[in-house]
Amino acid sequence: MIRSLTGFVAELREIGLPVSMVEVMDAADAIRHVDLSDPDALRGALGATLVKNGRHYRAFDTAFEVYFGLRGPLGGDDEQASDADAAPPGGGGGEGVGDDELLDGLVEALTSGDRDRFLELIRRAVDRLGGIEPGRPVGGRYYYHRVMRRLGAVRLNEALLAAVREQPAEDALLRRLEADKAGRMADEVRDEVRREILRRLIADRGVERVAETMRLPLVEDIDLMHATRDELESIERTIAPLARKLATRLSRRRKHGSKGRLDVRRTIRRSLAHGGALLEPQFKPPRRSKPELVILCDVSGSMATFARFTLQLTHAISSELSKVRSFVFIDGLDEVSDFFRSNADFHESVARVAVEADIVRRDGHSDYGRSLCEFTEKYLDAITPKTTVIVTGDARNNYRETGIGYLEEISGRARSLFWLNPEVHRYWDTGDSVMSVYAAACDTVDQVRTLRQLEAFVERAALPATRPVRRSV
Amino acid sequence: MSWESPRDVASDLEAVGYLTDSRIAQIVFLADRLNKPILAEGPAGVGKTALSLAIAEARGRRLVRLQCYEGLDEAKALYEWNYHKQLLRLQSDEGKSWDELEGDIFTDDFLLSRPLLDAIRSPQPVVLLIDEVDRVEVETEALLLEVLDAFQVTIPELGTIKAVSQPLVVLTSNNTRELSEALKRRCLYLHIPYPSVERERAILRSRVPDLPEVMGDRIAETVAAIRKIAVRKPPSISESIDWARTLLALGIEDLDSASAGDTLNVLLKYQSDIDKVATELSLDADAADSAAGAIAGIG
Repeated sequence: MIRSLTGFVAELREIGLPVSMVEVMDAADAIRHVDLSDPDALRGALGATLVKNGRHYRAFDTAFEVYFGLRGPLGGDDEQASDADAAPPGGGGGEGVGDDELLDGLVEALTSGDRDRFLELIRRAVDRLGGIEPGRPVGGRYYYHRVMRRLGAVRLNEALLAAVREQPAEDALLRRLEADKAGRMADEVRDEVRREILRRLIADRGVERVAETMRLPLVEDIDLMHATRDELESIERTIAPLARKLATRLSRRRKHGSKGRLDVRRTIRRSLAHGGALLEPQFKPPRRSKPELVILCDVSGSMATFARFTLQLTHAISSELSKVRSFVFIDGLDEVSDFFRSNADFHESVARVAVEADIVRRDGHSDYGRSLCEFTEKYLDAITPKTTVIVTGDARNNYRETGIGYLEEISGRARSLFWLNPEVHRYWDTGDSVMSVYAAACDTVDQVRTLRQLEAFVERAALPATRPVRRSV
Repeated sequence: MSWESPRDVASDLEAVGYLTDSRIAQIVFLADRLNKPILAEGPAGVGKTALSLAIAEARGRRLVRLQCYEGLDEAKALYEWNYHKQLLRLQSDEGKSWDELEGDIFTDDFLLSRPLLDAIRSPQPVVLLIDEVDRVEVETEALLLEVLDAFQVTIPELGTIKAVSQPLVVLTSNNTRELSEALKRRCLYLHIPYPSVERERAILRSRVPDLPEVMGDRIAETVAAIRKIAVRKPPSISESIDWARTLLALGIEDLDSASAGDTLNVLLKYQSDIDKVATELSLDADAADSAAGAIAGIG
């Protein structure tokens, strides 16, 4: 058990979960109180001791299934496998014989809640349709898609829907609920097929190899430039705490723990309670500076996915700080602060930015120089010595004027100026990127491709110790 | 008396009206066995606080509650010296030597217990609930560490006070910010997401016993569908219970687009959310606007 535990912990660390030594010992301690024959109990115990973050659960669950959940009853399967293989003679390729029967059986087992039959049918489906070849080095996903394709995902959905719907419902809500229910059942089939294939791959290749191919990136390691829609959604769900952190960082007291100045009036008032002895000095609450934030987002085509993310961040920050002004630009610049007022729905805001913001002057390719020029002409009064400016963009200027003078002017007026660049560091200053020109005017330039990097920036950005002294203009 | 298995936990908690799932029961069981605090995290209104209330009730223990907020400090969480009483004592004892006096005024008599110290010193074991711990600043979290780790409190003037009885500690967090590693490391982590359709149905059945079965199914399914839509404030369990009660009070026996649209404002608290859900689920959007009137009419 100890050996599987250390292997499992090594895998978690490989994925990127921070698992400390103490937590491993807690896990070992917890296992002693757990019924080891019950995988759910083991999962609960390991999950509670090793994973301390809700968004890491998905990665943990996958790793757990590979390491503990799917080992075990394989012996009985082999017989069945040969049975099933024998049944359809020569049905090796294409749509196997008797798929409809299999499909109907699955639907029936699901609707009647016959779990054993359902599992057995899934096993048979994988036997018959997966065509798993031992030792062949392909990922589990390949077999999974093969099974699902041959089973007929569309037909499965239709059959489930038909089975759920006892009599055709007129009402829109009821129809929707039925569709959802069928969808949940289809998910169950997909999950079980995936597990079954995994189980066989593990038997074939061993745990470590399979774990390697199944590794999912954590939310904080997803590449923002190439995130899929699902990934973007999971990022959107985790961004609010980060925005809040940035907001508190920016408004942080300069010195921790200092209570502020003595409040003479309240001290004397309090002293009356004990005969005029000045026992309890009262302090004025320390003044927190109200931070002002100006965000400039490049939303040109090359930045599309990243821009969506920066807008998301802008949206989240707008609900934390009262003084946020946000601007988007391509080869022109426009203010979008009003779209992101704290009550606005994010998707609506983005739609409004796309339609209403007036940011294309010529050809719709980034022009930083022109955009910065427009900013200094129209909105320079937005920047005061209390303002933090954040620019997000790849600094790919299509070989146009850099307008560095404008950026210097902004930087000179502001408390600090940060630049976030989603490109990998080694591509900066290649081609039409003029990052180093702009970097001269910035306090810091950071590569931000993942939430983890953004968090690192947030941690560093507004720390009092590193807060740069304002340069004289 | 101690729990023998997670199943005991589940049945005990169910007896006081809290439906667990296997993971929650497992972790409560482990927390009891290992004497470790539970850190329950999840969206608002999924029953994190209710869990600790249920544990206290099931075990017949007193619940000591520390509500966290920004600016919480030692004097409000741990202990405070009763200055006024100390001053009176000094005045009444004029003439005594300083050594005598000093020993005198820093004793138990002059100590005001706050929730954490209270939980530690209680002769009977208690359930200590530290609610919404994500509201305090990161620095203040450090206050809790000694209590969570060794179940003791150190008071400079008195020394270390160890727990007389082992409290069962539950911390809750709405995940508005990341808690510090130090705090997380000391706890068993329990993530409570929104319940599955099956569990929500069971909760509805136990909380609103008069509800017809078919309505329970539909309500649970509709709420699940709404939670999938990106709304600002997804409905919590307590809101879906309220919704079930409302529909029951209105005498609606068949939930359909019209009746759902009429009562959507029980479930959702923002007009923008109501509009969005009405469109997405193609409910009667006009009805949603006039819903407030209908509810008010019922009283």
